[in-house]
Amino acid sequence: MNRTQRTSMALLAVGALTVAGCTPGSNGDDTKTSAPPTASVTTDAAKMGNVTLTVWDQEVRGGQQKQMSTLIAQFEKTYPNIKIKRVSRSFDDLTKTLRLAMSGNDAPDVVQANNTRSQMGEFVKAKQVISLDGYAKAYGWDTRYPTSVRSVASYSPDGKTFGSGSLYGMPQVGEVVGVYYNAKRLTELGIQPPKTWAAMDAALATAKSKGQIPLVLGNVEKWPAGHLFGIVQGRYAKADQIRKLGFGQAGASWTAPDNVKAAQTLVSWVDKGYFNKGFNGQDYDQAWQSFSKGNGVFLFAGSWLQADLSTAMKGDVRFMLPPPSEAGGKTITTGGTGLPFAITSKAKKPDAAAAYINFITSPAAMKVLADNGNLPVVETSKQSPPDTLGKDVFGAFGQISQADGLVPYLDWATPTMGDTLGATLQDLLAKKVTPEKAMAALQKDYQEFTAK
Amino acid sequence: MSRTRTAGPPGEPRRVGYLYVLPAFAVYAAFALYPLLKAVYLSFWDWDGLTLATWVGLGNYADVFGDERLRASFGHALVLMAFFAVLPLLVGLVLAAVLHRAKVRGLSFFRTVVFLPQVVAMVVIAVAWRRLYSPDGSLNSVLSAIGLDSWTRGWLGDYTFALPAVGVIGTWFESGLVTVLLLAGMSRIPRELYEAARIDGAGPVREFFAVTLPSVRGEIAVALTLTVIAALKTFDLIYMTTSGGPGHETTVPSYEVYRQAFELGHVGLASTIGVVLTAIIFVISFAITRIGDRVTD
Repeated sequence: MNRTQRTSMALLAVGALTVAGCTPGSNGDDTKTSAPPTASVTTDAAKMGNVTLTVWDQEVRGGQQKQMSTLIAQFEKTYPNIKIKRVSRSFDDLTKTLRLAMSGNDAPDVVQANNTRSQMGEFVKAKQVISLDGYAKAYGWDTRYPTSVRSVASYSPDGKTFGSGSLYGMPQVGEVVGVYYNAKRLTELGIQPPKTWAAMDAALATAKSKGQIPLVLGNVEKWPAGHLFGIVQGRYAKADQIRKLGFGQAGASWTAPDNVKAAQTLVSWVDKGYFNKGFNGQDYDQAWQSFSKGNGVFLFAGSWLQADLSTAMKGDVRFMLPPPSEAGGKTITTGGTGLPFAITSKAKKPDAAAAYINFITSPAAMKVLADNGNLPVVETSKQSPPDTLGKDVFGAFGQISQADGLVPYLDWATPTMGDTLGATLQDLLAKKVTPEKAMAALQKDYQEFTAK
Repeated sequence: MSRTRTAGPPGEPRRVGYLYVLPAFAVYAAFALYPLLKAVYLSFWDWDGLTLATWVGLGNYADVFGDERLRASFGHALVLMAFFAVLPLLVGLVLAAVLHRAKVRGLSFFRTVVFLPQVVAMVVIAVAWRRLYSPDGSLNSVLSAIGLDSWTRGWLGDYTFALPAVGVIGTWFESGLVTVLLLAGMSRIPRELYEAARIDGAGPVREFFAVTLPSVRGEIAVALTLTVIAALKTFDLIYMTTSGGPGHETTVPSYEVYRQAFELGHVGLASTIGVVLTAIIFVISFAITRIGDRVTD
């Protein structure tokens, strides 16, 4: 090393020391608590003075965009003293930028944060979003929104427990994973829409024997199989067990016989050739598009495909909840809400922010949502659905949320579960691992997290 | 009346010279050095990006080398290097040699065509190839049409072929760049060398190894540096095609950086992977330029 090199090394070292000024994260506002402003909640938005609210949302697609801009316009008209500065980004962009924005000095007032531990959970832990319990009482959200809906946006104040505790966000729309079927094809095959799992098994077998693709799956993105598994898991496992697994609460086990049985069922479907060829290399979007063109009989997917499938297939496509194990039994399936809206701890006028959230989740707002083809999270059955498929989906969601049959997305369990679940199910469906090994891999992820 | 400057012969650089470098250095320091140092600094902490961090020293580095999955991601990057750097070099050498020798009409047209992949955004390329590789995509249709039905598969979901399939996209992407670089190098070789070789009785193959290849060593070094770096830092391609799947068969370090930082909130560990990756890229490109320099001297 010659002299110049040594000088530059020294310079680098000095630079490093300058950088090393403080502990990362220490410039955050740690003193601020998320104490619920129960005592001093004001609900009269007209008397809050002039306020500008910065709102970050991800309602960018067709019907979502329309309902949001309609509601904002109505809100500003009703309360001229409150201006909404809206920043909307796609879901992916929002996920990437929200963390930075929240830790910045001019954080937005209202944000649409994903329910997951990796997002909302982290914000709760860092005290960057405030508890909405006070507002829930004042506005009556706690009676309008059923427990199963509120629980998916609830955390303990330290962010450790998911699924109970304080309410941190209010969702607008609902989501349910169920079964789309090609009604025309079913009629041709002489199959009735299955009312029990036994009937479903028979329907799949009949479809296969008559040369159809019984089940359409596109799993290159890894996560779609998680929804498929959720449905099959609901056939065997108990709701409270799945909830514990999904919320990452201790006391359940992935290696329990019910879950292994669900995994075995999936593998047996692969063995019987029920899926389209090469599903692990197939695009999710291409898969449902192919279904919409008449390939395949059943598609296990979420309510979010309703508008697109209905446009493509008109009356030929129908939706139903997964069948119960026995006729008349209780159905359990994956579902939840769209991204909930939360109030940041940096919001200057939390009351105004709450008034905004109340406005966009009010009964009138639910109608606006439905009119624009979205699935309202509450009062679903009171809305007039856009078409036949819409009627199916609205009905299914209303029925299952009333019956408390919704269980959380399995990848919510731990920060790493999305990836573990996706990769493990790809392994399982490609028969790289046995059902027992696959469930053990999920158990390891779950156990490591809940043991903390 | 003596000049103030005392030491050194005329023309010897003076301290004032640093002043000229300063503006460029300031920009470089602000946008490259500072972030780099910050990343190195962050790599010693366990930080979720939001709350107060805890000092873990070299713990994150132990994780990078100890975690089977992270280690595997570096292995995948090495495999991709073969597809991104070695294969394009071979393809490029052959293509460039042929184009150079054959004196094709409309050479600039061909040059543009082979270079075209470089102009298209990687995301677009990834989406296009994903369609190509899909179970009902063109590749499988062609295979079926020529009677190789048993070979058809969902390429990106296949445990054996997913990584090579992604690699081939890289080969297709980089070959044009390498070809154009080599063509430029070959065009500078003096005619006389070829004439001399021919008088000595060399055929086209001999001519290639005796004259063409040694003359473009510098270009080969440049091409290898560029493509190797591209291979090691590839992210968009993986993100858009396989998300690291099936299982974990195609994850690469930069994809892990993204996953750790943005999905899991392990900013410290993400920085560590980034730092290790930077070090590896630095060492490899240093070695390549060293070798390239030595042979051109």
